[in-house]
Amino acid sequence: MIRDITLGQYYQADSVIHRLDPRVKLVATIGFIISLFVVDSWVGYVAAALFLACMIKLSKVPFSYMVKGMRAIVFILMITVVFNLFLTPGEPLVSVWKLTITKEGLRIAVMMAVRLSFLIVGSSLMTLTTTPNSLTDGMEKLMKPLKYVKVPVHEIAMMMSIALRFIPILLEETDKIMKAQIARGADFESGNLIKKAKAMVPLLVPLFISAFRRANDLAMAMEARCYRGGEHRTKMKPLCYRAADRAAYGVLLAYFAGCVAIRIWL
Amino acid sequence: MGIIKTDKLTFEYIRRDEEGNVEGITRAVDEVDLDVAQGEFIAILGHNGSGKSTLAKHINAILYPTEGTVWVDGMDTQDELHLWDIRQEAGMVFQNPDNQIIGQVVEEDVGFGPENMGVPTKEIWERVEESLKAVGMYEFRKHSPNKLSGGQKQRVSIAGVIAMHPKCIILDEPTAMLDPNGRKEVIRAVRALNDVEGITVVLITHYMEEIIHADQVFVMDRGHIAMEGTPREIFSRVDELKELRLDVPQVTLLAHELRKQGVNLPEGILTIEEFVEALGKCRS
Repeated sequence: MIRDITLGQYYQADSVIHRLDPRVKLVATIGFIISLFVVDSWVGYVAAALFLACMIKLSKVPFSYMVKGMRAIVFILMITVVFNLFLTPGEPLVSVWKLTITKEGLRIAVMMAVRLSFLIVGSSLMTLTTTPNSLTDGMEKLMKPLKYVKVPVHEIAMMMSIALRFIPILLEETDKIMKAQIARGADFESGNLIKKAKAMVPLLVPLFISAFRRANDLAMAMEARCYRGGEHRTKMKPLCYRAADRAAYGVLLAYFAGCVAIRIWL
Repeated sequence: MGIIKTDKLTFEYIRRDEEGNVEGITRAVDEVDLDVAQGEFIAILGHNGSGKSTLAKHINAILYPTEGTVWVDGMDTQDELHLWDIRQEAGMVFQNPDNQIIGQVVEEDVGFGPENMGVPTKEIWERVEESLKAVGMYEFRKHSPNKLSGGQKQRVSIAGVIAMHPKCIILDEPTAMLDPNGRKEVIRAVRALNDVEGITVVLITHYMEEIIHADQVFVMDRGHIAMEGTPREIFSRVDELKELRLDVPQVTLLAHELRKQGVNLPEGILTIEEFVEALGKCRS
Protein backbone atom coordinates (compact mmCIF):
# COMPACT_ATOMS: atom_id res chain seq x y z
CA MET A 1 0.00 0.00 0.00
CA ILE A 2 2.78 2.36 0.92
CA ARG A 3 4.68 1.63 -2.26
CA ASP A 4 1.87 2.84 -4.45
CA ILE A 5 3.18 6.36 -4.38
CA THR A 6 4.79 6.68 -7.77
CA LEU A 7 5.44 10.37 -7.37
CA GLY A 8 9.09 11.07 -7.94
CA GLN A 9 9.91 7.66 -9.36
CA TYR A 10 11.56 7.16 -12.67
CA TYR A 11 9.81 4.99 -15.25
CA GLN A 12 12.25 3.33 -17.62
CA ALA A 13 11.27 3.73 -21.29
CA ASP A 14 12.73 5.08 -24.48
CA SER A 15 10.57 7.93 -25.74
CA VAL A 16 10.83 11.41 -27.18
CA ILE A 17 9.94 12.87 -23.79
CA HIS A 18 12.55 10.78 -22.01
CA ARG A 19 15.24 12.02 -24.34
CA LEU A 20 14.39 15.71 -23.96
CA ASP A 21 16.75 17.99 -22.10
CA PRO A 22 15.71 18.15 -18.43
CA ARG A 23 15.72 21.94 -18.59
CA VAL A 24 13.05 21.80 -21.26
CA LYS A 25 10.96 19.49 -19.11
CA LEU A 26 11.39 21.66 -16.04
CA VAL A 27 10.42 24.82 -17.88
CA ALA A 28 7.55 22.97 -19.53
CA THR A 29 6.25 21.70 -16.20
CA ILE A 30 6.36 25.15 -14.67
CA GLY A 31 4.79 26.55 -17.82
CA PHE A 32 2.06 23.93 -17.72
CA ILE A 33 1.28 24.66 -14.06
CA ILE A 34 1.07 28.38 -14.75
CA SER A 35 -1.13 27.71 -17.75
CA LEU A 36 -3.56 25.81 -15.50
CA PHE A 37 -4.05 28.98 -13.50
CA VAL A 38 -4.15 31.20 -16.55
CA VAL A 39 -7.09 29.46 -18.17
CA ASP A 40 -10.44 29.72 -16.43
CA SER A 41 -12.84 28.40 -19.01
CA TRP A 42 -13.80 24.89 -20.06
CA VAL A 43 -12.24 25.40 -23.45
CA GLY A 44 -8.97 26.13 -21.66
CA TYR A 45 -9.18 22.97 -19.62
CA VAL A 46 -9.93 20.92 -22.68
CA ALA A 47 -6.83 22.43 -24.28
CA ALA A 48 -4.76 21.59 -21.20
CA ALA A 49 -6.19 18.07 -21.10
CA LEU A 50 -5.35 17.56 -24.77
CA PHE A 51 -1.83 18.85 -24.25
CA LEU A 52 -1.34 16.58 -21.26
CA ALA A 53 -2.83 13.57 -23.05
CA CYS A 54 -0.46 14.09 -25.99
CA MET A 55 2.51 14.30 -23.66
CA ILE A 56 1.51 11.13 -21.80
CA LYS A 57 1.06 9.35 -25.10
CA LEU A 58 4.48 10.52 -26.28
CA SER A 59 6.14 9.54 -23.02
CA LYS A 60 5.09 5.88 -23.34
CA VAL A 61 4.39 5.78 -19.60
CA PRO A 62 1.24 3.73 -19.03
CA PHE A 63 -1.65 5.90 -17.88
CA SER A 64 -2.55 3.45 -15.12
CA TYR A 65 0.91 3.98 -13.66
CA MET A 66 0.13 7.65 -13.18
CA VAL A 67 -3.32 7.09 -11.78
CA LYS A 68 -1.78 4.88 -9.15
CA GLY A 69 0.34 7.81 -8.04
CA MET A 70 -2.80 9.93 -7.80
CA ARG A 71 -4.21 7.80 -5.02
CA ALA A 72 -1.87 9.42 -2.54
CA ILE A 73 -3.41 12.82 -3.03
CA VAL A 74 -7.07 11.79 -3.14
CA PHE A 75 -7.47 12.95 0.45
CA ILE A 76 -6.16 16.47 -0.23
CA LEU A 77 -8.26 16.58 -3.35
CA MET A 78 -11.39 15.66 -1.39
CA ILE A 79 -10.78 18.36 1.22
CA THR A 80 -10.38 21.01 -1.45
CA VAL A 81 -13.49 19.88 -3.24
CA VAL A 82 -15.61 19.73 -0.10
CA PHE A 83 -14.54 23.14 1.18
CA ASN A 84 -15.06 24.82 -2.14
CA LEU A 85 -18.35 23.06 -2.63
CA PHE A 86 -19.93 24.19 0.62
CA LEU A 87 -18.20 27.41 1.50
CA THR A 88 -18.44 29.41 -1.70
CA PRO A 89 -21.13 32.08 -1.46
CA GLY A 90 -23.46 32.55 -4.41
CA GLU A 91 -26.66 31.32 -6.01
CA PRO A 92 -27.89 28.28 -3.99
CA LEU A 93 -28.36 25.07 -5.93
CA VAL A 94 -29.12 22.39 -3.34
CA SER A 95 -29.59 23.02 0.36
CA VAL A 96 -29.51 20.31 2.98
CA TRP A 97 -29.73 21.34 6.66
CA LYS A 98 -27.09 24.05 7.13
CA LEU A 99 -25.04 23.06 4.12
CA THR A 100 -25.65 24.78 0.84
CA ILE A 101 -24.17 23.93 -2.47
CA THR A 102 -24.01 26.95 -4.69
CA LYS A 103 -23.64 27.12 -8.42
CA GLU A 104 -20.39 29.02 -8.07
CA GLY A 105 -19.20 26.54 -5.46
CA LEU A 106 -19.83 23.60 -7.75
CA ARG A 107 -18.01 25.33 -10.56
CA ILE A 108 -15.01 26.20 -8.44
CA ALA A 109 -14.90 22.77 -6.80
CA VAL A 110 -14.83 20.96 -10.11
CA MET A 111 -12.29 23.40 -11.49
CA MET A 112 -10.07 22.99 -8.46
CA ALA A 113 -10.25 19.22 -8.71
CA VAL A 114 -9.35 19.33 -12.38
CA ARG A 115 -6.57 21.83 -11.76
CA LEU A 116 -5.05 19.84 -8.93
CA SER A 117 -5.17 16.50 -10.67
CA PHE A 118 -3.70 17.98 -13.86
CA LEU A 119 -1.03 19.59 -11.75
CA ILE A 120 -0.10 16.31 -10.12
CA VAL A 121 -0.20 14.32 -13.34
CA GLY A 122 1.77 17.02 -15.14
CA SER A 123 4.52 17.18 -12.59
CA SER A 124 4.70 13.44 -12.05
CA LEU A 125 5.08 13.10 -15.82
CA MET A 126 8.26 15.08 -15.45
CA THR A 127 9.64 12.96 -12.63
CA LEU A 128 8.55 9.75 -14.35
CA THR A 129 10.42 10.56 -17.53
CA THR A 130 13.51 12.23 -16.07
CA THR A 131 16.05 10.53 -13.89
CA PRO A 132 16.51 12.48 -10.68
CA ASN A 133 20.13 12.97 -11.57
CA SER A 134 19.39 14.67 -14.86
CA LEU A 135 16.53 16.53 -13.20
CA THR A 136 18.84 18.01 -10.63
CA ASP A 137 21.42 18.63 -13.36
CA GLY A 138 18.79 20.62 -15.16
CA MET A 139 17.86 22.52 -12.05
CA GLU A 140 21.47 23.21 -11.27
CA LYS A 141 22.00 24.67 -14.69
CA LEU A 142 18.79 26.68 -14.70
CA MET A 143 19.56 28.14 -11.29
CA LYS A 144 23.20 28.84 -12.08
CA PRO A 145 22.73 32.63 -12.10
CA LEU A 146 21.81 32.36 -8.40
CA LYS A 147 25.39 31.37 -7.66
CA TYR A 148 26.38 35.00 -7.91
CA VAL A 149 24.16 35.81 -4.94
CA LYS A 150 25.88 33.03 -2.97
CA VAL A 151 23.17 30.38 -3.27
CA PRO A 152 24.85 26.94 -2.99
CA VAL A 153 23.21 25.73 -6.19
CA HIS A 154 25.24 22.56 -6.64
CA GLU A 155 24.77 21.47 -3.04
CA ILE A 156 21.01 21.99 -3.20
CA ALA A 157 20.84 19.98 -6.42
CA MET A 158 22.89 17.17 -4.89
CA MET A 159 20.70 17.05 -1.78
CA MET A 160 17.58 16.85 -3.91
CA SER A 161 18.92 14.04 -6.01
CA ILE A 162 19.97 12.04 -2.96
CA ALA A 163 16.63 12.61 -1.25
CA LEU A 164 14.86 11.35 -4.35
CA ARG A 165 17.08 8.32 -4.60
CA PHE A 166 16.31 7.32 -1.02
CA ILE A 167 12.53 7.70 -1.22
CA PRO A 168 11.89 4.15 -2.45
CA ILE A 169 14.46 2.71 -0.07
CA LEU A 170 12.97 4.44 2.95
CA LEU A 171 9.46 3.50 1.88
CA GLU A 172 10.47 -0.11 1.67
CA GLU A 173 12.05 0.23 5.08
CA THR A 174 8.89 1.78 6.52
CA ASP A 175 6.96 -1.17 5.19
CA LYS A 176 9.40 -3.56 6.80
CA ILE A 177 9.37 -1.83 10.19
CA MET A 178 5.59 -1.65 10.07
CA LYS A 179 5.31 -5.37 9.46
CA ALA A 180 7.83 -6.08 12.19
CA GLN A 181 5.85 -3.96 14.65
CA ILE A 182 2.54 -5.48 13.58
CA ALA A 183 4.03 -8.92 14.10
CA ARG A 184 4.77 -7.89 17.66
CA GLY A 185 1.28 -6.64 18.29
CA ALA A 186 1.40 -3.00 17.22
CA ASP A 187 -1.85 -1.62 15.92
CA PHE A 188 -1.73 1.04 13.21
CA GLU A 189 -5.26 0.73 11.97
CA SER A 190 -7.80 1.20 14.77
CA GLY A 191 -8.52 4.07 17.13
CA ASN A 192 -9.06 7.77 16.60
CA LEU A 193 -6.65 10.18 15.01
CA ILE A 194 -4.66 10.85 18.18
CA LYS A 195 -4.33 7.17 18.91
CA LYS A 196 -3.20 6.53 15.36
CA ALA A 197 -0.65 9.33 15.56
CA LYS A 198 0.68 7.85 18.78
CA ALA A 199 0.93 4.45 17.14
CA MET A 200 3.28 6.01 14.59
CA VAL A 201 5.97 6.65 17.20
CA PRO A 202 7.36 3.09 17.23
CA LEU A 203 7.43 3.35 13.46
CA LEU A 204 9.12 6.72 13.16
CA VAL A 205 11.84 6.26 15.74
CA PRO A 206 13.52 3.27 14.08
CA LEU A 207 12.95 4.86 10.68
CA PHE A 208 14.75 8.04 11.71
CA ILE A 209 17.62 6.13 13.25
CA SER A 210 18.07 4.08 10.14
CA ALA A 211 17.82 7.16 7.93
CA PHE A 212 20.62 8.84 9.88
CA ARG A 213 22.71 5.72 9.69
CA ARG A 214 22.19 5.56 5.95
CA ALA A 215 23.08 9.24 5.59
CA ASN A 216 26.27 8.65 7.48
CA ASP A 217 27.20 5.66 5.32
CA LEU A 218 26.37 7.49 2.13
CA ALA A 219 28.41 10.54 3.08
CA MET A 220 31.36 8.28 3.72
CA ALA A 221 30.89 6.44 0.43
CA MET A 222 30.69 9.75 -1.43
CA GLU A 223 33.85 11.05 0.18
CA ALA A 224 35.62 7.80 -0.58
CA ARG A 225 34.74 8.41 -4.21
CA CYS A 226 36.40 11.82 -4.17
CA TYR A 227 33.26 13.92 -3.81
CA ARG A 228 34.20 17.45 -2.79
CA GLY A 229 31.34 19.67 -3.83
CA GLY A 230 30.74 21.27 -7.19
CA GLU A 231 34.22 22.53 -7.92
CA HIS A 232 36.51 20.66 -10.34
CA ARG A 233 33.56 18.48 -11.25
CA THR A 234 32.89 17.38 -14.82
CA LYS A 235 29.66 15.96 -16.12
CA MET A 236 29.06 12.52 -17.52
CA LYS A 237 26.00 13.80 -19.30
CA PRO A 238 26.54 17.50 -19.95
CA LEU A 239 23.42 19.32 -20.98
CA CYS A 240 23.22 20.81 -24.42
CA TYR A 241 20.13 21.68 -26.40
CA ARG A 242 19.45 19.70 -29.56
CA ALA A 243 16.94 20.17 -32.35
CA ALA A 244 14.27 18.20 -30.47
CA ASP A 245 14.67 20.45 -27.45
CA ARG A 246 14.26 23.59 -29.51
CA ALA A 247 11.20 22.11 -31.16
CA ALA A 248 9.81 21.27 -27.70
CA TYR A 249 10.29 24.87 -26.60
CA GLY A 250 8.37 25.87 -29.72
CA VAL A 251 5.49 23.52 -28.89
CA LEU A 252 5.40 24.78 -25.33
CA LEU A 253 5.37 28.39 -26.45
CA ALA A 254 2.56 27.69 -28.88
CA TYR A 255 0.54 25.94 -26.17
CA PHE A 256 1.11 28.75 -23.69
CA ALA A 257 0.20 31.39 -26.22
CA GLY A 258 -2.94 29.40 -26.97
CA CYS A 259 -3.87 29.38 -23.29
CA VAL A 260 -3.37 33.11 -22.99
CA ALA A 261 -5.41 33.65 -26.13
CA ILE A 262 -8.23 31.50 -24.74
CA ARG A 263 -8.17 33.51 -21.53
CA ILE A 264 -8.34 36.81 -23.35
CA TRP A 265 -10.82 36.09 -26.11
CA LEU A 266 -13.09 33.39 -24.72
CA MET B 1 57.78 0.16 -0.02
CA GLY B 2 54.58 -1.47 -1.24
CA ILE B 3 51.40 0.17 -2.38
CA ILE B 4 49.95 0.17 1.12
CA LYS B 5 52.19 0.42 4.13
CA THR B 6 51.33 1.10 7.73
CA ASP B 7 53.78 1.72 10.51
CA LYS B 8 52.60 1.17 14.09
CA LEU B 9 49.13 2.32 13.07
CA THR B 10 47.02 3.00 16.16
CA PHE B 11 43.52 4.38 16.30
CA GLU B 12 41.50 5.22 19.38
CA TYR B 13 37.79 5.92 19.64
CA ILE B 14 36.95 8.25 22.47
CA ARG B 15 33.63 7.41 24.08
CA ARG B 16 31.83 10.33 25.66
CA ASP B 17 28.83 10.47 27.95
CA GLU B 18 25.94 12.88 27.36
CA GLU B 19 27.75 15.88 28.82
CA GLY B 20 30.72 15.26 26.57
CA ASN B 21 33.05 14.01 29.30
CA VAL B 22 35.43 11.30 28.28
CA GLU B 23 34.09 7.98 29.46
CA GLY B 24 36.78 5.79 28.11
CA ILE B 25 39.06 5.16 25.22
CA THR B 26 38.76 2.17 22.95
CA ARG B 27 41.79 1.14 20.98
CA ALA B 28 40.24 -0.15 17.76
CA VAL B 29 43.55 -0.63 15.99
CA ASP B 30 46.69 -1.21 17.97
CA GLU B 31 50.16 -0.87 16.44
CA VAL B 32 49.46 -2.60 13.16
CA ASP B 33 52.29 -2.99 10.67
CA LEU B 34 51.21 -3.89 7.18
CA ASP B 35 53.04 -3.94 3.88
CA VAL B 36 51.13 -4.81 0.73
CA ALA B 37 52.90 -5.13 -2.60
CA GLN B 38 51.35 -3.95 -5.86
CA GLY B 39 49.15 -6.61 -7.46
CA GLU B 40 48.67 -8.72 -4.36
CA PHE B 41 45.39 -10.13 -3.10
CA ILE B 42 45.23 -9.56 0.63
CA ALA B 43 42.53 -10.79 2.96
CA ILE B 44 41.90 -9.43 6.42
CA LEU B 45 39.89 -11.69 8.68
CA GLY B 46 38.43 -11.10 12.07
CA HIS B 47 35.21 -11.37 14.03
CA ASN B 48 33.03 -8.35 14.80
CA GLY B 49 34.82 -5.59 16.64
CA SER B 50 38.30 -6.83 15.82
CA GLY B 51 39.19 -3.51 14.20
CA LYS B 52 39.32 -4.67 10.61
CA SER B 53 36.88 -2.06 9.26
CA THR B 54 38.63 0.70 11.17
CA LEU B 55 41.88 -0.39 9.61
CA ALA B 56 40.29 -0.30 6.15
CA LYS B 57 39.03 3.24 6.60
CA HIS B 58 42.57 4.40 7.26
CA ILE B 59 43.76 3.24 3.86
CA ASN B 60 41.21 5.48 2.16
CA ALA B 61 41.97 8.48 4.41
CA ILE B 62 38.48 8.47 5.89
CA LEU B 63 40.01 8.03 9.33
CA TYR B 64 43.40 9.33 10.38
CA PRO B 65 45.70 7.44 12.72
CA THR B 66 45.92 8.53 16.35
CA GLU B 67 49.50 7.34 16.26
CA GLY B 68 51.66 5.88 13.53
CA THR B 69 51.53 6.44 9.81
CA VAL B 70 49.77 5.05 6.75
CA TRP B 71 51.25 5.41 3.28
CA VAL B 72 49.36 4.74 0.09
CA ASP B 73 51.65 4.56 -2.92
CA GLY B 74 54.24 6.48 -0.95
CA MET B 75 51.85 9.26 0.11
CA ASP B 76 51.18 9.88 3.78
CA THR B 77 47.40 9.85 4.35
CA GLN B 78 47.65 12.74 6.78
CA ASP B 79 49.08 14.96 4.07
CA GLU B 80 46.09 17.01 2.94
CA LEU B 81 47.75 17.87 -0.35
CA HIS B 82 47.44 14.26 -1.47
CA LEU B 83 44.03 13.52 0.04
CA TRP B 84 42.21 13.27 -3.31
CA ASP B 85 45.05 11.36 -4.97
CA ILE B 86 44.89 8.81 -2.17
CA ARG B 87 41.14 8.44 -2.42
CA GLN B 88 41.45 7.95 -6.16
CA GLU B 89 44.25 5.39 -5.91
CA ALA B 90 42.70 3.44 -3.06
CA GLY B 91 39.06 2.83 -3.93
CA MET B 92 36.70 1.56 -1.29
CA VAL B 93 33.63 -0.66 -1.41
CA PHE B 94 31.41 -0.76 1.67
CA GLN B 95 29.15 -3.32 3.24
CA ASN B 96 25.66 -2.06 2.50
CA PRO B 97 25.06 -1.83 -1.24
CA ASP B 98 22.06 0.49 -0.82
CA ASN B 99 23.99 3.08 1.14
CA GLN B 100 26.76 3.61 -1.37
CA ILE B 101 24.96 3.88 -4.67
CA ILE B 102 24.37 7.54 -5.45
CA GLY B 103 22.99 7.40 -8.98
CA GLN B 104 19.44 6.49 -9.88
CA VAL B 105 20.65 4.68 -12.97
CA VAL B 106 23.52 2.18 -12.92
CA GLU B 107 25.69 4.04 -15.44
CA GLU B 108 25.23 7.38 -13.68
CA ASP B 109 26.39 5.84 -10.45
CA VAL B 110 29.49 4.37 -12.04
CA GLY B 111 30.23 7.78 -13.54
CA PHE B 112 30.02 9.53 -10.17
CA GLY B 113 33.64 8.96 -9.18
CA PRO B 114 35.19 10.09 -12.49
CA GLU B 115 32.88 13.12 -12.46
CA ASN B 116 34.23 14.13 -9.07
CA MET B 117 37.75 13.73 -10.33
CA GLY B 118 37.13 16.07 -13.22
CA VAL B 119 37.60 13.51 -15.99
CA PRO B 120 36.50 14.80 -19.44
CA THR B 121 33.02 13.68 -20.52
CA LYS B 122 34.12 11.43 -23.36
CA GLU B 123 36.57 9.59 -21.14
CA ILE B 124 33.94 9.14 -18.41
CA TRP B 125 31.81 7.19 -20.86
CA GLU B 126 34.74 5.00 -21.88
CA ARG B 127 35.57 4.33 -18.25
CA VAL B 128 31.96 3.52 -17.36
CA GLU B 129 31.69 1.08 -20.23
CA GLU B 130 34.97 -0.63 -19.46
CA SER B 131 34.33 -0.95 -15.73
CA LEU B 132 30.79 -2.22 -16.14
CA LYS B 133 32.12 -4.82 -18.55
CA ALA B 134 34.82 -5.78 -16.08
CA VAL B 135 32.22 -6.77 -13.48
CA GLY B 136 29.77 -8.18 -16.03
CA MET B 137 27.06 -5.59 -15.46
CA TYR B 138 27.14 -3.85 -18.83
CA GLU B 139 23.69 -5.12 -19.85
CA PHE B 140 22.24 -3.45 -16.77
CA ARG B 141 23.69 0.00 -17.43
CA LYS B 142 20.29 1.62 -17.96
CA HIS B 143 18.60 -0.07 -14.98
CA SER B 144 17.62 1.43 -11.68
CA PRO B 145 19.82 0.12 -8.86
CA ASN B 146 16.72 -0.49 -6.74
CA LYS B 147 15.68 -3.30 -9.05
CA LEU B 148 18.96 -5.21 -8.88
CA SER B 149 19.81 -8.05 -6.53
CA GLY B 150 22.27 -7.52 -3.70
CA GLY B 151 25.14 -9.17 -5.55
CA GLN B 152 24.46 -7.09 -8.66
CA LYS B 153 24.32 -3.88 -6.62
CA GLN B 154 27.62 -4.71 -5.05
CA ARG B 155 29.14 -5.37 -8.47
CA VAL B 156 27.92 -1.94 -9.55
CA SER B 157 29.62 -0.45 -6.51
CA ILE B 158 32.81 -2.21 -7.50
CA ALA B 159 32.48 -0.87 -11.05
CA GLY B 160 32.03 2.61 -9.57
CA VAL B 161 35.38 2.24 -7.88
CA ILE B 162 37.18 0.74 -10.88
CA ALA B 163 36.01 3.64 -13.04
CA MET B 164 38.27 5.86 -10.95
CA HIS B 165 41.25 3.74 -12.11
CA PRO B 166 42.54 2.92 -8.64
CA LYS B 167 45.74 1.06 -7.99
CA CYS B 168 44.18 -0.82 -5.16
CA ILE B 169 40.69 -1.49 -3.96
CA ILE B 170 39.59 -2.11 -0.41
CA LEU B 171 36.43 -4.11 0.12
CA ASP B 172 34.98 -3.76 3.59
CA GLU B 173 32.83 -6.87 4.09
CA PRO B 174 31.30 -6.53 0.65
CA THR B 175 29.42 -9.81 0.99
CA ALA B 176 28.12 -9.54 4.54
CA MET B 177 24.61 -8.63 3.46
CA LEU B 178 24.34 -10.96 0.48
CA ASP B 179 22.97 -14.45 -0.06
CA PRO B 180 25.38 -17.26 -1.00
CA ASN B 181 24.86 -16.73 -4.73
CA GLY B 182 25.46 -13.00 -4.47
CA ARG B 183 28.58 -13.70 -2.45
CA LYS B 184 29.99 -15.95 -5.13
CA GLU B 185 29.21 -13.37 -7.83
CA VAL B 186 31.03 -10.63 -5.99
CA ILE B 187 34.05 -12.70 -5.09
CA ARG B 188 34.35 -13.88 -8.69
CA ALA B 189 34.31 -10.25 -9.87
CA VAL B 190 36.93 -9.28 -7.30
CA ARG B 191 39.20 -12.14 -8.29
CA ALA B 192 38.92 -11.22 -11.94
CA LEU B 193 40.00 -7.67 -11.11
CA ASN B 194 43.05 -8.98 -9.37
CA ASP B 195 43.96 -11.56 -12.01
CA VAL B 196 43.11 -9.65 -15.17
CA GLU B 197 43.59 -6.00 -14.32
CA GLY B 198 46.30 -6.50 -11.74
CA ILE B 199 44.59 -4.28 -9.19
CA THR B 200 45.75 -4.79 -5.62
CA VAL B 201 42.84 -6.12 -3.57
CA VAL B 202 42.35 -5.84 0.17
CA LEU B 203 39.36 -7.98 1.07
CA ILE B 204 37.94 -7.66 4.54
CA THR B 205 35.58 -10.43 5.49
CA HIS B 206 34.60 -12.94 8.08
CA TYR B 207 33.72 -15.66 5.60
CA MET B 208 36.63 -18.04 5.45
CA GLU B 209 35.69 -19.48 2.05
CA GLU B 210 36.38 -16.13 0.45
CA ILE B 211 40.02 -15.94 1.39
CA ILE B 212 41.18 -19.21 -0.15
CA HIS B 213 42.48 -17.39 -3.20
CA ALA B 214 44.32 -14.66 -1.31
CA ASP B 215 48.09 -14.35 -1.54
CA GLN B 216 48.37 -13.29 2.05
CA VAL B 217 45.96 -13.44 4.98
CA PHE B 218 45.96 -11.35 8.13
CA VAL B 219 43.80 -12.35 11.04
CA MET B 220 42.89 -9.53 13.38
CA ASP B 221 41.84 -9.76 16.98
CA ARG B 222 41.20 -6.84 19.33
CA GLY B 223 43.08 -4.42 17.12
CA HIS B 224 46.17 -6.59 16.73
CA ILE B 225 47.28 -8.76 13.89
CA ALA B 226 47.01 -12.16 15.51
CA MET B 227 48.03 -14.38 12.61
CA GLU B 228 49.58 -13.78 9.24
CA GLY B 229 50.46 -16.05 6.35
CA THR B 230 49.20 -17.74 3.22
CA PRO B 231 45.68 -19.23 3.38
CA ARG B 232 47.20 -22.69 3.66
CA GLU B 233 49.36 -21.68 6.58
CA ILE B 234 46.45 -19.99 8.30
CA PHE B 235 44.09 -22.89 7.80
CA SER B 236 46.53 -25.39 9.13
CA ARG B 237 46.17 -23.66 12.51
CA VAL B 238 42.58 -24.71 13.06
CA ASP B 239 42.68 -24.62 16.84
CA GLU B 240 44.05 -21.08 16.95
CA LEU B 241 41.38 -19.92 14.52
CA LYS B 242 38.70 -21.43 16.70
CA GLU B 243 40.10 -19.57 19.68
CA LEU B 244 39.72 -16.35 17.71
CA ARG B 245 36.05 -17.25 17.15
CA LEU B 246 36.44 -17.77 13.42
CA ASP B 247 34.82 -20.57 11.45
CA VAL B 248 37.02 -22.78 9.38
CA PRO B 249 35.65 -24.03 6.02
CA GLN B 250 33.90 -27.36 6.55
CA VAL B 251 36.24 -29.36 4.37
CA THR B 252 39.30 -27.97 6.15
CA LEU B 253 37.72 -28.81 9.47
CA LEU B 254 36.88 -32.32 8.33
CA ALA B 255 40.44 -32.89 7.17
CA HIS B 256 41.72 -31.53 10.44
CA GLU B 257 39.51 -33.86 12.50
CA LEU B 258 40.42 -36.86 10.36
CA ARG B 259 44.07 -36.05 10.79
CA LYS B 260 43.61 -35.96 14.52
CA GLN B 261 42.10 -39.44 14.31
CA GLY B 262 45.21 -40.66 12.57
CA VAL B 263 44.24 -40.43 8.89
CA ASN B 264 47.27 -39.42 6.88
CA LEU B 265 46.11 -36.10 5.39
CA PRO B 266 48.15 -32.94 4.89
CA GLU B 267 47.27 -29.84 6.96
CA GLY B 268 45.53 -26.85 5.46
CA ILE B 269 43.26 -28.44 2.85
CA LEU B 270 41.22 -25.65 1.28
CA THR B 271 38.90 -27.09 -1.35
CA ILE B 272 36.77 -30.18 -1.78
CA GLU B 273 38.75 -31.23 -4.87
CA GLU B 274 41.97 -31.08 -2.92
CA PHE B 275 40.43 -33.10 -0.13
CA VAL B 276 39.18 -35.79 -2.48
CA GLU B 277 42.58 -36.03 -4.10
CA ALA B 278 44.41 -36.26 -0.78
CA LEU B 279 41.98 -38.86 0.47
CA GLY B 280 42.50 -40.90 -2.70
CA LYS B 281 46.23 -40.76 -2.20
CA CYS B 282 46.15 -42.05 1.35
CA ARG B 283 43.91 -44.95 0.39
CA SER B 284 46.28 -46.19 -2.29
